[in-house]
Amino acid sequence: MTDFFLLLKNELGLCVLLLFLLVMKISGRDNASFLLPAMQWLLLFNFVFSLLFNSGGRLFGGMFDTSPLLAFQKAILNLALYLSSLLFESWLRKSAHLAEFFLLTLSSLLGFFLLISSAHFLMFYLSLELATLPVAALAGFAPMEKRSSEAAMKMILSAAFSSAVLLFGISLIYGLAGTLYFKEVPAALKEHPLTWLAVLFLIAAFAFKLSVVPFHLWTADVYEGAPASVSSYLSVISKGAVAFVFVSALHKIFVPLKGQIQPVLLGLTLITILIGNLFALRQQNIKRFLAFSSITQAGYILFAISSLKAESFTPVIYFIIIYIFSNLAAWSVASVMSSSAGKENQHDYAGLYYRNRFLAVALVLSLVSLAGIPPAAGFFGKWFLILQGASAAKGIITVFVALNLILSLYYYLKWIWVVFQNTNAGSDTITPTRMEKTGLILCVAGILLIGFWGDLYRYIVELVKPF
Amino acid sequence: MIYTVLVLLIVLFPLAGFLFPALWGRSLFKKSAGPLTVVLMTFSFLLSAYFAYLYFFEFGYQQGAYRRFLFPDIPWLEFSGALAIRMGAYIDAVSVMMLLTVTFVSLMVHVYSLWYMKHQERYAAYFAYLSLFTFSMLGLVLSSNIFQMYFFWELVGVSSFLLIGFYYQKPAAAAAAKKAFIVTRFADVGFFIGILILSFSAGSMDFETILHKLTTPGSDALNTAAAQTFLGISALSWGAALVFMGAAGKSALFPLHIWLPDAMEGPTPVSALIHAATMVVAGVFLIARLFPLYAITVPGVQEFIAWVSAVTALMAALIACVQTDIKRILAFSTMSQIGLMMLSLGVAKYEAGPVPGYTASLFHLFTHALFKSLLFLCAGIMIHFVHNNSIWKMGGLRKYLPLTHLFFLAGCLAISGIPPFSGFFSKEEILLAAYRNYFPLYVLVLITSAVTAFYMFRMYFRTFWFYNLKGPTEKETEIEVPALIPLVLLAIGAVLGGFIPFGNFVTSDGHRMPFHFDVRFSLLPVILNLAGIFVAMWFYKTKNKRSDIVQEKAWKLYLLLSEKFYVDHLYEFITRKVIFQVIGRSAAWFDKNIVDGMVNLSGEATQYVSAAFRKLQSGKVQLYALYFLLAILALALITILK
Repeated sequence: MTDFFLLLKNELGLCVLLLFLLVMKISGRDNASFLLPAMQWLLLFNFVFSLLFNSGGRLFGGMFDTSPLLAFQKAILNLALYLSSLLFESWLRKSAHLAEFFLLTLSSLLGFFLLISSAHFLMFYLSLELATLPVAALAGFAPMEKRSSEAAMKMILSAAFSSAVLLFGISLIYGLAGTLYFKEVPAALKEHPLTWLAVLFLIAAFAFKLSVVPFHLWTADVYEGAPASVSSYLSVISKGAVAFVFVSALHKIFVPLKGQIQPVLLGLTLITILIGNLFALRQQNIKRFLAFSSITQAGYILFAISSLKAESFTPVIYFIIIYIFSNLAAWSVASVMSSSAGKENQHDYAGLYYRNRFLAVALVLSLVSLAGIPPAAGFFGKWFLILQGASAAKGIITVFVALNLILSLYYYLKWIWVVFQNTNAGSDTITPTRMEKTGLILCVAGILLIGFWGDLYRYIVELVKPF
Repeated sequence: MIYTVLVLLIVLFPLAGFLFPALWGRSLFKKSAGPLTVVLMTFSFLLSAYFAYLYFFEFGYQQGAYRRFLFPDIPWLEFSGALAIRMGAYIDAVSVMMLLTVTFVSLMVHVYSLWYMKHQERYAAYFAYLSLFTFSMLGLVLSSNIFQMYFFWELVGVSSFLLIGFYYQKPAAAAAAKKAFIVTRFADVGFFIGILILSFSAGSMDFETILHKLTTPGSDALNTAAAQTFLGISALSWGAALVFMGAAGKSALFPLHIWLPDAMEGPTPVSALIHAATMVVAGVFLIARLFPLYAITVPGVQEFIAWVSAVTALMAALIACVQTDIKRILAFSTMSQIGLMMLSLGVAKYEAGPVPGYTASLFHLFTHALFKSLLFLCAGIMIHFVHNNSIWKMGGLRKYLPLTHLFFLAGCLAISGIPPFSGFFSKEEILLAAYRNYFPLYVLVLITSAVTAFYMFRMYFRTFWFYNLKGPTEKETEIEVPALIPLVLLAIGAVLGGFIPFGNFVTSDGHRMPFHFDVRFSLLPVILNLAGIFVAMWFYKTKNKRSDIVQEKAWKLYLLLSEKFYVDHLYEFITRKVIFQVIGRSAAWFDKNIVDGMVNLSGEATQYVSAAFRKLQSGKVQLYALYFLLAILALALITILK
């Protein structure tokens, strides 16, 4: 019985938080000044708790599968949610539906936790839906804003479409293999044209969630329309979770099809990185810019995944940790800027350095990290991703991927340059709250220090070994 | 243990010099950032000198050769396989020599900047960047493995980006910084892939292991790596050539040199530090580190290096003859001299015992650091005095700047290879290496050397003689006394540096090498150099029209040279026209016309149906779904057809 609780402790922790929220909501104690600090502390506590007492095992007749590695992935997502609760404080305070916001994000996170642990296609599908639907509601979280409602509508329609395709793929697999258990599927899969179609459908569903080109079309619209906190949830937590699941799914289920899958993944990598870069070059709106930047980052993740080795878990997890810090910081600055006066365009950022040095430095460091320039952690993250990809791909593809790093410099440097531009564009003061400052300092510390923290990498390597 | 602490302190002092002004540059250290960093750099330099003394005279020389040490050597990042990255300081004669050079020149530049940057608005930031640069450069020369070196290599790029773009309000400076960063980053892609290839073949990132595994004939790693080929060239050759590409980017070798002349937009002391003594020689240092690999395993690549460097050396020297901006002349001369250093590594044959070309290259690196930073610092005074960079605006300066005149002359004589100045000795070694191993390149080096003497003295006579500039109305001081110290010290180095028995300290295998000197061999280069000087004197010592006449007669050649062989135009064409216009434009066009156009079309069709929900039902989502399906179909088709 203790086993049951221990194995499910991450999910149960989230359920406790959800119950707490419900009780608070019903008892009417959902004012921001109480609930927000309470949630911040609870999330922090939940994160610390998620790092402890981790063990491996199966539950629910083998449908739920967990291990220290999977628990660590959940802890990472937990950390990301904790950071966002700090980083978007002023937006959250202003929002009239704070309790609902946390209810929805926590439900979605619960979905992702179950998704990570699923060992059965039914479980897989249900938890994916649980993870997606609340996000669509979140995207429409500013109902008075047309853009926000539009984003929600687009999100839910696209997600429904991709779910349909996924479900079709799963049914094909069931028809071919006669089982839905991950560990039984590889042996039961026969050489059949339909197998390949099913696999393609599954890959497309993953590609959609990771916003890999050409399944990315919803990304920029949704990111732009949704509030920054929601967009950051989509681009960090959702993307991270799906990347984790993608690696293990490829490793557990599609091993026999390795030779056929790799070229597909490489092809998707190439066009994702290229298109993401080319479109990011021209973006004037920071949210759209970050959307395309995150598409490009997904391309690099996909490059590491395309090596189709168990070791590719290590660089992906390592990169996601770094990506959380870098990307959340950038989104947070965008949110502060946007909520102070609805400023989202590049020229609004001109001379930010002279108006708020703290925000400017945080934004610049996060962009430096996203661009992969040392000493920021993003450099190390990219390095290991490319190293992993290069171990399986042809040299010319690696060259292409590395060349795109140069192309991306153009737009990251452009934004950095704008921040330092000496203009009198705006004299209004922009001040982040205390908690936002704390969160940004945490992010900056993460950006600057993770690369040198060799033990973290070694820890991940140790976790991945038994996998 | 004591050595580890020493090495760490040498590196950490400049880091402190970055952190303190960076964190409290606007409050606590607003005025005192300069002196503070100078004090820290002094500590760093004194410790380096002490450490160099210890290495060369106490513990380094064991059993007849200088040995290698690793202080410290700690595991950093471990891969799942056997590949692990360690962090450590690689101590051998070369890195100790580099430590000394970098800390010395950096200290000199710090002191000089106290005067030069006195009234700058972002005084503290300047010193913070300068110290950051020094820290990265020290990290680079001490790297014990190729990943660590790549990391510091990029960090050097970042800090030089900050320094070149220091006057970022000036559009030219901002553009130059960006250009330097992006061009070197482009070259670093080559370096990156090269590292991947080398480390995969050797199964390690440590220099020691890479060199050991890839230079032992018949070893497994070598056999496997040699078996893989791409376009008919072995993987190892590709790796080595790509690493050289990175080196060529940093060291401004043709055709990746285009960033260096523009980088002169930075403050002049910065040019003295990074474009004369330290960053630009990082490429030479890298190739020297991997020298056995090039000389033993991939001699073809080595020959390629020799030719690229020879072309760079001659081309840059020719271009320098027609430049008018004093700093650009010095920049092209740096390119040319680095070409000579690299050439010397390129022609050096691996043999039992110490290799002359190897020592010659690092000897020239050492002397060049001294006299070229001296020249840049003098140029700083001249520019400060005339408020202009153009040598046409100078003339007769010897009356107003008597001290600078002396120092500048010493620098010019040193770089022109006139005995007994330092440049003579090191150039002599390079000539000898080329003469012994590769005669055609010997001729090229001779020509380059004579042209060097010509353009250096063209600059010297044109600025200090020619005609008399109208004196300034008020009496300006030439330079403040504290800032004079670096000039004096560097001038002493430039004059006497050649007498250091370099072969006793820095050689390819640690064994001491006897100094070679033969009057008969030296006669020809010295005569040619003197001829170069006399030609320059004939043209520019007194005011006359001789140079204009030549320029008119040979205007085609002049145009070719002053347009720098049109290399920049070619790059401009490729980036602007091809990448931005063709690819970028078409992507934007696609975005604007196809995607938006379809959206608009379907939007118009539906607007009759429901004007209220037009925005929502613009058809976009359906279109997205359509793309989604088409993409799956395309993927299926590709795999079926394959």
